[in-house]
Amino acid sequence: MTAATQTARPPLIATRDLTKHFTVGKTMRPGSGRTVHAVEDVSLDLFAGETLGLVGESGSGKSTLGRCLTRLYDPTSGSLTFDGTDITRAGERALLPVRRRMQMIFQDPSASLNPRRRVRDLVGDAVRVHGIRKGRAVEDWLRELMDIVGLRAEHLDRYPHEFSGGQRQRIGIARALAVEPELIVADEPVSALDVSVQAQIVNLFSELRERLNLTYVFIAHDLAVVRQVSTRVAVMYLGALVEIGETESLYSRPRHPYTEALLSAVPQARNRGRRNRILLEGEIPSPLAPPKGCKFSTRCPFAQERCHAERPVLLPAGPGRSVACHYPLGSDAD
Amino acid sequence: MEPHPMKSPLLDVQGLTVSFSSDRGRVKAIDDVSFSVAEGEILSIVGESGSGKSVTLMSLLGLNDPKTTFVEGAVAFRRKHLLEMPDRELRRLRGKEIGLISQDPMTALTPVYTIGWQIAEQIRTHENVSKSAALKRAVELLAAVGLPNPNEAKDRYPHQLSGGMRQRAVIAMALSCNPALLVADEPTTALDVTVQAQVLDLLLRLRDEFGSAIILITHDMGVVAEVADRVHVMYAGRIVEKGTTEEVFERPMHPYSWGLMASIPPIDGPRLPRLPSIPGMPPVPGAIPTGCAFAPRCRFARAACLERPPVRRDGGHAALCVLEGEERERLRASVLGEEIAA
Amino acid sequence: MVFSILQRLGQMVFVLFGISALVFLIFFATPGSDPAARIAGRNAAQETVQAIRKDFGFDRPLPVQYAIMMKKLFVSRDLTSFVNRGLEVVPQVMRAAPITLSLVFGAAILWVVGSIAVGVLAAMTRDTIIDKGLMILALIGVSMPVFWLGELLNLVSQSRFHDSFLFSWVPGLGYKPFFDGPWLWFKTLVIPWFTLAALYIGIYGRVLRANLVETYQEDYIRTARAKGLSPSRVMLRHALRMSLIPFVTMFGMDFGVLVGGAALLTEVVFGLNGVGRLTYQAMLNLDLPMILATVMYASFFVVVTNALVDILYVVIDPRVRGN
Repeated sequence: MTAATQTARPPLIATRDLTKHFTVGKTMRPGSGRTVHAVEDVSLDLFAGETLGLVGESGSGKSTLGRCLTRLYDPTSGSLTFDGTDITRAGERALLPVRRRMQMIFQDPSASLNPRRRVRDLVGDAVRVHGIRKGRAVEDWLRELMDIVGLRAEHLDRYPHEFSGGQRQRIGIARALAVEPELIVADEPVSALDVSVQAQIVNLFSELRERLNLTYVFIAHDLAVVRQVSTRVAVMYLGALVEIGETESLYSRPRHPYTEALLSAVPQARNRGRRNRILLEGEIPSPLAPPKGCKFSTRCPFAQERCHAERPVLLPAGPGRSVACHYPLGSDAD
Repeated sequence: MEPHPMKSPLLDVQGLTVSFSSDRGRVKAIDDVSFSVAEGEILSIVGESGSGKSVTLMSLLGLNDPKTTFVEGAVAFRRKHLLEMPDRELRRLRGKEIGLISQDPMTALTPVYTIGWQIAEQIRTHENVSKSAALKRAVELLAAVGLPNPNEAKDRYPHQLSGGMRQRAVIAMALSCNPALLVADEPTTALDVTVQAQVLDLLLRLRDEFGSAIILITHDMGVVAEVADRVHVMYAGRIVEKGTTEEVFERPMHPYSWGLMASIPPIDGPRLPRLPSIPGMPPVPGAIPTGCAFAPRCRFARAACLERPPVRRDGGHAALCVLEGEERERLRASVLGEEIAA
Repeated sequence: MVFSILQRLGQMVFVLFGISALVFLIFFATPGSDPAARIAGRNAAQETVQAIRKDFGFDRPLPVQYAIMMKKLFVSRDLTSFVNRGLEVVPQVMRAAPITLSLVFGAAILWVVGSIAVGVLAAMTRDTIIDKGLMILALIGVSMPVFWLGELLNLVSQSRFHDSFLFSWVPGLGYKPFFDGPWLWFKTLVIPWFTLAALYIGIYGRVLRANLVETYQEDYIRTARAKGLSPSRVMLRHALRMSLIPFVTMFGMDFGVLVGGAALLTEVVFGLNGVGRLTYQAMLNLDLPMILATVMYASFFVVVTNALVDILYVVIDPRVRGN
């Protein structure tokens, strides 16, 4: 997808300075409790048909952002627009039609499926609640869904514990697809799975996108998996978006020092020992007390005085690329 | 590579078989596993969940519940037979000559004691030193594994440290008595990539400094490629391929190893339209096929696979598979070549 | 740490205030019933009712009534029971309290020590005869009714075998104050202690065993064993230490409730005039002032032990401490 086609259409989801804070340790004493800056000032556009990969380490706020996008969390400030409608503060009733159009898939398929209910009910409830199909057509739709996610129709009468991890994730996907959504936010959908099974589910995601015209937000810490499924990738660090760009170019030429370090840290079976590993010092600071200035400045090998004082904003840097860094890597002329 | 004939290996495991008693009778989790570890070497055992890689290690250390677990075979550590050893004697080895690093640093430390206390506890179990001397050693160890402010860190409780710091504390504890062998069970799985890189780096450095041999259990082929000297691939309770890291990564012999490598998406180079995945899922203990356990998922399975597969060797590099010679080369290219073609 | 303890104590006062207000409202502000008549008791003379109405200020607004009641209970301590012809309530509670406290404290020590021994031993010998035997014994302890066990022990020690060398030391029923002779006090209470503790040793022993068995699945136990620690050290320093956290919660609840009067059956069986029995008699006579006093006393102990448990938590579990 080129930048030109992106600007021609309105985005499916758009955020402007989206921020989510949590308060921890609050007691009855006024002024007590501390603020976790989980997501701060995230502005991004997501267009229909693309897959946005959201990567970052623990504490980067990628899951929180995913939950804000689907309004499972209420944003603290900023705005969130879905298909042209502002839903930042929309109430549950107003959200209902929007909820049908966007669904979430979670990491642990066994924890998100009620163990006492059959697959038929787990998947079928949403169909009935949203009135996707009526009467006999419900059953046909359920059978079709099973086929879409690679399960068999007789699986509808089984309970979640009768399935393996990979199959459970397929049920989770079927449940999300049951309401014919346009957008799917998948939060670490394959990280609990074994490598050989993980590849099957990653392939399923790709197939479904083509078959059902889906738009994805794919949240994962595994950079290789994200690269495989995403058209664009956004890198988060400590609640902030540090770089966003098209997958191939971002992976081959990262502009933010954090993106570069992150990519270099992935241990690889291929190209053994044929790359330069950048070993970052220290660990991600606590989101309770993020560093002043650039959030990455405490670990950045290139940090200068300005980085410790002034927080960089996300600015365009080359075609389809934005980066939040005072001194981005590489030249602008690409 | 088989151990050098002149030098006896540090750890030698022969025909290890482990079974559990379950509702359906005895279930074999490990089937005739043999391997050895030389002094100062890093051996990696790779496999998916249920492959029996963790069970293997726990059996070596005698940490399985003896009432429900039946261990057969011979395990010699510095020529001492661990399986026949009385518990008292085994305890003197555990923590002193063999250190354990567990998978999840979040749960591996007792939450109610400071990490300094827990390290000192181990030192004092094996050595006759004073409490303050043990604590002093703990601080040195914490410094050696790269904890900032080790003097202050020793008084921290586990929950007050980040995941990476906790894993360093666990490693410091495993190292506290200068063990000849470190057993690391998925030591970086619970960590972030940048922290994982730090911890892997640390393990390599410690091997050089302390000279401990390391058995590294993992499911991550990338981690193996980074640190291991030799690799054993486990599937459904058996070692299906063993060799040096170079041999296993450059010329893998077993179709399962091919599938495992092919199903990891590449981080650079051309993207594949589809990941070559292994169909189906690993068998659960108790339902492992009698012949080649991988046959039901193997796209090259044939009638011969119903029998127990033979060992094919290429020097020290060996695999448990009927495929051989030119045919193996051709089939491998058809799996691992795909990614290059795409 | 000091601040969080102070905070907890503040909350305690707040809760006690809430309970007193609630009890007051239930007893004296229920619509459709005249509180003065209820305090006076059945068949009381009209003059008494009038006098009570004036004395307690029942013709004045509710907050004033509440204030008067609390003053009578805590400041002047002259709240009077009309059913019992002018007996003052507070001194009666004060007299009963040490009896109940003696009974429950002693039993508590027994049941804590006993159940830890049972739980630890059973967990260490898991799935053996010893474990199964202990669990059956514990189950028997749980299922024996206190009054039955008490009466049985009384029968044995007081009448049938009282003259034999085995039980000749047992004094007659009833409470003997500690300061009149600690040894006599102790002898009087030994059998009640055992009776009351039997149930709790059973419950706590079983719960602790289950907890320990579960704790043994934890990674840190594997770490402790991999360190080469002896089985007893792994059990006592690592597993038991962690299992004590839920144990303490349960203990706080039960202890508070028992001191508050739930040891009634034991008190009755052994002729100990404790708070439970006092409450029971007040209930029978519909003696409202007495009921108010014992409810306040009981809630005080429940709230205090809960606060103590919370403070104990801070000591035994560093994770609850703030940073």
